[in-house]
Amino acid sequence: MTDDVVLRVLAKQMIPFILLFALYVQFHGDYGPGGGFQAGVLFGAGFMLYGMVFGVTTLERLFPGGAFRIGIAAGVLLYSAVGIAGVLLSGNFLDYNVLAADPKAGQHMGIIVVEFGIGVTVAAVMIAAFYAFARPKA
Amino acid sequence: MSEILDYVLLLLLAATAIGIVRLRGLIAVVMLSGIYSLLVASLFIVLDAPDVALTEAAVGAGAATILMLGTVALTTREEKRARFRPVSFLVVVVTGLMLIYGTSSLPPFGAEDAPAQVHVGPRYLTEGYEQTGVPNIVTAVLASYRGFDTLGEVVVILSAGVGVLMLLAGRRRAQGEKGQ
Repeated sequence: MTDDVVLRVLAKQMIPFILLFALYVQFHGDYGPGGGFQAGVLFGAGFMLYGMVFGVTTLERLFPGGAFRIGIAAGVLLYSAVGIAGVLLSGNFLDYNVLAADPKAGQHMGIIVVEFGIGVTVAAVMIAAFYAFARPKA
Repeated sequence: MSEILDYVLLLLLAATAIGIVRLRGLIAVVMLSGIYSLLVASLFIVLDAPDVALTEAAVGAGAATILMLGTVALTTREEKRARFRPVSFLVVVVTGLMLIYGTSSLPPFGAEDAPAQVHVGPRYLTEGYEQTGVPNIVTAVLASYRGFDTLGEVVVILSAGVGVLMLLAGRRRAQGEKGQ
């Protein structure tokens, strides 16, 4: 928690744009540089900036740590679920061609969902680890 | 032009690395390693690898710096002065010399017939767009062609996260018991 007015105002202005940019990197990764890994870290960085400027306890009151512990597993499960969906639709594990009628549409859908799973896990790990490190000592 | 940029960036990298080794104040070391990552990211940009550069800038310069600062806050701000160990010094020198010797058998920088360029790479580049419909070939390779590898990577991140959480939870419990 900092009392520096400049830092507080600047952080408040920047955090929405950081989170928005993270979402852009996440969902525009098919067309430009980026993807789940980068987006997850950027999203986590937005939370960390808030935690560093306004205090981890304030951040934790808004977003309890348990949610991120679930998120860590949820991303991996989402990724694997796409793989298993391919098997259930009589393809191979992580075969996206069978996800939609058109193989290309299937590829697109599979990649978007899988990248989202990566983003969720990475962001959740970043934020949960930040909580673990920065939480005031009990 | 790009070659001059390469040399400048590599020189700055070496200077930063020497600074990291020489400095004793750990906060400064953390800041310098953040700068090191940013320089590496710039180098990746010069090498036309924006995906890798974005990752390096976000992970190395951003997240890792914050986590290292957290570690410094939990432990100590000053590095202990280590005494000179001849055996360790010898191991480091020999390993370094072996690595430098190993680079001599690598293909020249950007060679067309390098193994990385003639294996599956050309197929991804020529057929990737037709097969996946994704313009960014890096994403297509990462999420589709190499989807199983990437699943493994995510599981690695999961296990790393679980490991950190378990280690630090243990620390907190021990402290809580001591406090009671």
